[in-house]
Amino acid sequence: MTSQAQPGFWPPSGPEIVFLLLGVVALGSALLVVTTRQLVHAALWLVVCFGALAGGYLVLTAEFVAWVQVLIYVGAIVVLLLFGIMLTRAPIGRSADLDSGNRWAAAVVGAATAGVLVSAVVSGFHAAYTPLEPGRGTAGTLGSSLFRTWVLPFEALSVLLLAALVGAIVLSRTDIGARE
Amino acid sequence: MHIVYPVVVSALLFSIGVYGVLARRNAILVLMSVELMLNAVNLNLVAFDVWLRDRLHSGQVLTLFVIVIAAAEVGLGLAIVLAVFRTRRTVDVDRLRALSEYAAEYAAETGSGGGDRDGNGGGNGGGEAAT
Amino acid sequence: MIAIVALIILLPFAAAVAGLLGSRVGWRWSAGRVGGGSRTEPRDLAAGRRAAWFAVTAAAVSTALTLWLTLRQALDLPRSVAPLRPGGSGFWGSFLPGRVEGTLTLVETGSVPISVSLRGDGLSVLTGILVVVVALAVQVYSVGYMRGDPRYPSYSAFISLFTAAMLLVVYAGDLIVLYVGWEIMGLCSYLLIGHWWEDRASSRAAVKAFLVTRLGDVGFLFGIFTLGMAAGSFQIDDVLSADIPTGTLIVATLLLLMGVAGKSAQVPLQTWLPDAMAGPTPISALIHAATMVAAGIFVVARLYPLFLGARPTLDVLAVIAAIGMLGAALAALAQDDLKRVLAYSTISQLAYMAGALAAGVGVAAHGDAGGVGRVGGDQAAIFHLLSHGAFKALLFLCAGAVIHHAGSNLMSRMGGLRTVLPVTFWTMTIGFAALIGLPPASGFFSKDAVISVIEHSNGAAQPFLYGSALLTVGVTGAYAARAWLRTFFGPIGVRPPPVPRSLSRSLPRSLPRSMVWPIVVLAVPALLFGFAWLWLTWQGGVGSGVGWGVDWGSAAVSLVVALLGAGIVYALWRSDPAQDPARLLGPFRVPCERAFYVDSAYAALVARPILRLARGVVRADAQVIDGAVRGSGRATMGLSGLVRLAQNGNAQLYVTGLVAGLLLIAVMAAVILT
Repeated sequence: MTSQAQPGFWPPSGPEIVFLLLGVVALGSALLVVTTRQLVHAALWLVVCFGALAGGYLVLTAEFVAWVQVLIYVGAIVVLLLFGIMLTRAPIGRSADLDSGNRWAAAVVGAATAGVLVSAVVSGFHAAYTPLEPGRGTAGTLGSSLFRTWVLPFEALSVLLLAALVGAIVLSRTDIGARE
Repeated sequence: MHIVYPVVVSALLFSIGVYGVLARRNAILVLMSVELMLNAVNLNLVAFDVWLRDRLHSGQVLTLFVIVIAAAEVGLGLAIVLAVFRTRRTVDVDRLRALSEYAAEYAAETGSGGGDRDGNGGGNGGGEAAT
Repeated sequence: MIAIVALIILLPFAAAVAGLLGSRVGWRWSAGRVGGGSRTEPRDLAAGRRAAWFAVTAAAVSTALTLWLTLRQALDLPRSVAPLRPGGSGFWGSFLPGRVEGTLTLVETGSVPISVSLRGDGLSVLTGILVVVVALAVQVYSVGYMRGDPRYPSYSAFISLFTAAMLLVVYAGDLIVLYVGWEIMGLCSYLLIGHWWEDRASSRAAVKAFLVTRLGDVGFLFGIFTLGMAAGSFQIDDVLSADIPTGTLIVATLLLLMGVAGKSAQVPLQTWLPDAMAGPTPISALIHAATMVAAGIFVVARLYPLFLGARPTLDVLAVIAAIGMLGAALAALAQDDLKRVLAYSTISQLAYMAGALAAGVGVAAHGDAGGVGRVGGDQAAIFHLLSHGAFKALLFLCAGAVIHHAGSNLMSRMGGLRTVLPVTFWTMTIGFAALIGLPPASGFFSKDAVISVIEHSNGAAQPFLYGSALLTVGVTGAYAARAWLRTFFGPIGVRPPPVPRSLSRSLPRSLPRSMVWPIVVLAVPALLFGFAWLWLTWQGGVGSGVGWGVDWGSAAVSLVVALLGAGIVYALWRSDPAQDPARLLGPFRVPCERAFYVDSAYAALVARPILRLARGVVRADAQVIDGAVRGSGRATMGLSGLVRLAQNGNAQLYVTGLVAGLLLIAVMAAVILT
């Protein structure tokens, strides 16, 4: 299973233990997100999941991505979702009918997806190993890469954001209707 | 660091997202599940960036882009959900049956008074957002 | 010369086309469709006038051309040009020696080629004269008879088309060309019988005539095929001179006989002719008395050498003729409808011609044996055909005048018309005299020729045929005398106040001149044709050694019998003029009036089973086939209903299916690729 050039799966190294723990937290909270009976709890479990993932990014030396994750996902998106929950006047507290009648088929399909994906990645990457070297994901290196190599997609993305902004406004305003 | 750890976590996270999209009725919960799937992708990108030691940092940069796009998507998706809610007084995905052969019956069932045309558009939009 | 023949045929055809297409051209843009009766009336009249000009002009020119052709053939050409062919028609050759032929083109069919060819010889020209003269008379007569009929243009155009078709049959040089004319005649007959199709009886009669003759035509066509295959050519000359095995010949001639029986209304297929009298009377005169029904006789005469070679066919024909002539004459005796009397009389007279043909005495055989004073069966038949065409057309046209005046077809409604319609009375008297066979009239000579031929025949059915012929002579005298007396003498019958059909809707009570003249003109040949024939044949006989004359022995016998029949009827009528002399039939009267229940028998044996079968087919079609179609549709709908359950508008279900399918494809790809 393991070659001579790389350490085996057992015993795991320290970063691996930390990452696995964070991964278990992320997966557990994600499961709670999709199974909980309270809408607001789902949003909060989403925060936990995203936080754990940010920790995982940190372990993987992608520190800038981790901060962005915290800032945008936890800070912006989840707040947005909470606003959405409030605006649609969802019931606060337990509600019995958050899952549709489709859930058993969904469970089967989800499990199948998990099986296919996990078996694929395990068979594909069980031998992949890399030592972690800090400093690859700092704001400085990422920023210089972003504004040198990736500046054009970056600008395009800003236009996309603008379009999404306009679209969200148009969709939300009730006084702009379809042309009669 | 064995790459298989983050990749397996990512695969499981994605599957959980798939389950959430397929099983949840509330459109906002569906949106949350979509976010889970996006995060799974992000984790993959970061892991492979680390593994491949890409000099352009394309994995991490792409992760940033995906985060931005996810933000835009959530903004638009919520706007659509709100529009649907305004016309149908509900955000339950399995009650938005404008695509059905019996669309008129379902429309009558959901009790939307006016603007059936709008309702259809909203239903379609909601479906797209969910996928 | 052949161009003249072609012109004779094409002129009526052109008139038909012009009449159908051109009669109303000038009016299309003028008045529109707004006007009611008052505005369409003059328009119809103008269209009718134009159509009448087309039709009469073409018929007249054709007649003139035919007469000219006859003169050229009879006088100009030297006798030696046309030698006597063995088994051929030596008599025609001696009288009308000329013979023109022409082939337009040869149609390759892959096996036996069809030559589009015409030929004019003595037989064609003689029959052609009859056709064009009667057609001309009928066209002129129709101008008066059909005045005011809104469909006169199509009516006259169909007569022109019919004339062209009959001429094509007469002048055809190829069996297939002949068949083309034969079928067009059938079509025109159908169209013209059904001229007043609003009347249920007319349209039914038209369909009946069409179907019954079609039944015979199937056999006719196959007979032609058999002959053509055996001879390797459809050319009449080739067929006549080909060496065909006797078995094939018998089969072919029997098949041809089917068509002949259908067209000439002979026994198994005779039922359509009396019903066809529902058509306009001029049509009955032209098509159903003089020409089309004679076409069958003509065809047999045309192919007579073949029939002479097939003795069993002639025996069959003899039986058919014997039954037909007596049965139809008896039926004629019992009818009350004047036109039906004439129709049954036509069947009977056609059976005479068929009998003469069945006697099977060839000219050449006589020539070889040195027989003098006798003629071939075909010549006697054609002679009778010509004189019958003249006097029966005359009788029908007179009947039309009588019916027009009396306002009814029924003889019980007539009577005492002698003083009212003097011209019609005298001409019809000539016609009846010819029909009975009284000496000065043409019928005497032609019927004598026929009976003489039958008497001297040596066929197997000869005694039967001869006895039947003599009896029929008596019955013919009886029914002719009865019709004559009932129509023109005795008490004036009860007249119905209005005339029912469109028949005489707008006719004035007095006969228009266009109706009188054709009657008078036709009366001349009906009276004198016999003498002209005698003279001409005597002229011809000198050259070829074949004599012609009246067989005084048989003539005397038949004359006595005919007078006997007429006398009995006269005696009965004298005893009580108000009573129908048909009572002499006694208990047989009803069967005779119903034509021996042949129609009922056919209805029971053929029509009703076929109708029942048709209903069964309809039911099978509606329930089995349509049921299968509908059932498959319903099954598809039911099955698709199951599938439609998935189409419930739930986007999540769709996505579930999508992802599941994606996974399946991924797994399958992995399985296949590894």
